[in-house]
Amino acid sequence: MEPVARPKVYVWTCIALLALLALTWAVAYVDLGPFNLIVALAVAIAKAIVIALFFMHIKGSSRLLHLAAVAGVIWLLFLISLTLGDYSTRGWVPLNH
Amino acid sequence: MEVATLRSQPVVGQQFDNIEQQREAAKLGMWIFLATEVLFFGGLFLGYTIYRFTYGQVFVETSRKLDVVLGGTNTAVLLISSLLMALAVRAAKLDQRRILTWLLIGTALLGCVFVSIKGVEYHKDYVDHLIPGRHFEWHGADPHNAELFFWIYFAMTGLHAIHVTVGIGIMLVLALLAWLGKFSHGNHNTVEIAGLYWHFVDIVWVFLFPLLYLVGHR
Repeated sequence: MEPVARPKVYVWTCIALLALLALTWAVAYVDLGPFNLIVALAVAIAKAIVIALFFMHIKGSSRLLHLAAVAGVIWLLFLISLTLGDYSTRGWVPLNH
Repeated sequence: MEVATLRSQPVVGQQFDNIEQQREAAKLGMWIFLATEVLFFGGLFLGYTIYRFTYGQVFVETSRKLDVVLGGTNTAVLLISSLLMALAVRAAKLDQRRILTWLLIGTALLGCVFVSIKGVEYHKDYVDHLIPGRHFEWHGADPHNAELFFWIYFAMTGLHAIHVTVGIGIMLVLALLAWLGKFSHGNHNTVEIAGLYWHFVDIVWVFLFPLLYLVGHR
C-alpha cells in the first residue's frame, strides 16, 4: 500500500486556495494601475503551484515527474516570449520595399 | 487461500518489472499528456496576451460585462471539487471502496454545478447580445474589438467547459468501476491519473478567472 497524507493536509490546501481566491477577488476592486495585472497573475501562479505540489503530489514525487511537469511550462514560456518578442519589436527597423 | 492471496495483489502488466514501475509510467504518461494540454490552452492564452496588450482599454470595458460573482463562485466550486478528488485518490490508495465511490460522485456533481453556472452565464450573454456574430451588439467605443474579446472569452471558457464535461464523464465511469471494486488491492493507478487531469483543469480555470473576469480594476 502506498503511503498517503492525512486528510488535514488536503483540507488546509483547499482553505489556502480559497483564501488566495478571496485575495485576488478583493484586489480587483482596488486601483493599483498596472499592478492589478501583476498581483492577479502572481496569485494565479501561487494557486497553480499549491495545486501541483499538494493535490497533484509533485511534492514527494520523482525527479522524472518534476521534469515532465516543468517541461510543459517551459515550452509555454518559449511560445509566449518569442511571439511577444516578435510583436513588440515590429517596426523597429524601417524596411525599404 | 491461494486465490485470496492472488486477489489481494495489484495487477502488474507484463511489460513492467514491478508495481512501482507501472505506477511511475502511468503518472509520467499523464504528465506528458498534461504538457501537451498546457500548449493546447497556451495558444489561446498567447492570443489573449497579444490582444490584451494591443487593445487594453476595450478589454477592461468588455470584461466588466462578465458576472464576477458567478465566475468567482465557479472558481470556489472547482477548488472544492479538487479537494474531493484529492481525497478520492487517498481513499483509493487506502482501499476504501465506498468512500472512494462517493467522493468520485461528489467530484462529478461539483463539476455539474460548474457547468450549470457556466450555462447560466452563457444564457445571460445571449440575452445581452454579447455572443459574437450577427446578433452581437455593443454600444460603447470600438465594437469590433469588443467582439474580439468575446470571441476569446467563448473560445477559452468553451474549451475549458468541454474539459470539465469530459472530466464529469470520467468521474462517473470511475465511480461505477470503484463500486465494482476494480480499484481495490492497490489497483488505484487509474484514479490517480484521472485526478491529475481534474486538477489540471482546475489550474486552467485559476488562470482564466482573473484574466477574463478581473481585467483592470472594477
